[in-house]
Amino acid sequence: MEEKILEILAEACEDDSVKENLDVELFDSDLLDSLGFAELLAELDDELGVVIAPSEVNREDMNTPRKIIELVKERKASL
Amino acid sequence: MGFFEHWQFFFCLIVLLIPAVILGTMEKPLKHYSMGVSLFFIACIVGPETAQLVYLILFFILEWGVIRAFLVLYKQYGRDETTYHLTIVISLLPLVISKLQPFIGLDIFCFVGISYITFKVVQILIEIYDGVIDRVGFYEYAAFLLFFPTLSSGPIDRSRRFLEDWNHIYDKEAYLQLCTSGIIRLLGGYIYKTILAGRCYMYLIDAADKSGLLNEIRYAYLYGLYLFFDFAGYSLMAVGTSYVLGIRTPDNFNMPFLSRDIREFWDRWHISLSHWFRDFIFTRFVMRCKKKKWFHTKLQRANAGFLVNMFVMGVWHGLNVSYLLYGLYHGALLALTETYQKKSGFYKQYKDTGWYQIVSWAVTMQLYMFGFYIFSGRWLEWIPN
Repeated sequence: MEEKILEILAEACEDDSVKENLDVELFDSDLLDSLGFAELLAELDDELGVVIAPSEVNREDMNTPRKIIELVKERKASL
Repeated sequence: MGFFEHWQFFFCLIVLLIPAVILGTMEKPLKHYSMGVSLFFIACIVGPETAQLVYLILFFILEWGVIRAFLVLYKQYGRDETTYHLTIVISLLPLVISKLQPFIGLDIFCFVGISYITFKVVQILIEIYDGVIDRVGFYEYAAFLLFFPTLSSGPIDRSRRFLEDWNHIYDKEAYLQLCTSGIIRLLGGYIYKTILAGRCYMYLIDAADKSGLLNEIRYAYLYGLYLFFDFAGYSLMAVGTSYVLGIRTPDNFNMPFLSRDIREFWDRWHISLSHWFRDFIFTRFVMRCKKKKWFHTKLQRANAGFLVNMFVMGVWHGLNVSYLLYGLYHGALLALTETYQKKSGFYKQYKDTGWYQIVSWAVTMQLYMFGFYIFSGRWLEWIPN
């Protein structure tokens, strides 16, 4: 599960380094921009069936790979 | 009087904020009091224009009905796309009709703030569809829509964020801190709007009478500076007033003239608007493109997204050729920036060097200043009749 999420995230960021460092800041470091974020949400929905609305979560709550993993796992568990 | 204009407004504002400061310091709820102040200002400012007041009330009731109806339908039938799209169209009708005013010659739904207040309604509807909002109380709805500091021109807040503050009772220390920073913003905004924007406007009037290429460049820069001080000044006052009332309305400007590319510019200029568009149009458009496989590559989706996003922003400013062109211009700039930054080896190699950033900053400034020139509509005078 965690691997799959990181796979999707790395693709959205076009950078594999996010798989290594789970606490890297995604937005300020330019790894994830508005476009990458949109692609990430679309993929999470497509691949894992986890729907996160674009305005639902504050970016501060999704700004590291670890936070994204936690959030997706939490959503998946409550499906 | 108007919102954040004329001494009468500021006199009433100061007098009416004093009880708020006392209530806040005593750790009492501010929400009922600020509701009362909002109604007072609406009565004083919109009230004398009877037609505007009637349309505001009509809008308020109509959109309340739309939201209630959509909540019921959503609970009954779930995420039904047709109902959702139809609801959004209905909720946009008053705004669309008001924007058609120059063509039909009738002032229907033309009341102060309709462009901004519509964002709030649409945000609530979209988030109901997202399953993020499941109930909307009438009092909360009224407080959010009619909150006077942001009623006429934003910043555009979000309902869940707003209501969290609205229901929050600050302890004394936290309130005083918020209140102090609110008062500083109010004063700063006043200086921006009255002194600095006023000064720019004088030079602008002067430039407006002259001609020649150099003068046009001067006009573009002065117009950009004027827009900034005027709107950033207003926004600071709106945010500052909100703070005194315990609402942490988001900031609208963050030193836009430091931007090193156009994307950064839209993260610093009219932020609450561009972030609204990002969250409710751009992101959703790109996600839809991906799901429906409308484009082959990520870059194509992005570029289409930028164009659609900024074109809608242009339309929102008003149905006139300068605004539409301004939207398309920025959409194209964002798309070109994206393509260049993704494809260019030169960019990837040098983007972090000092000289590159200085050049990029200077070029970016010419691009958005030219955008302001388009926005100003002055270029239309170049076209012979």
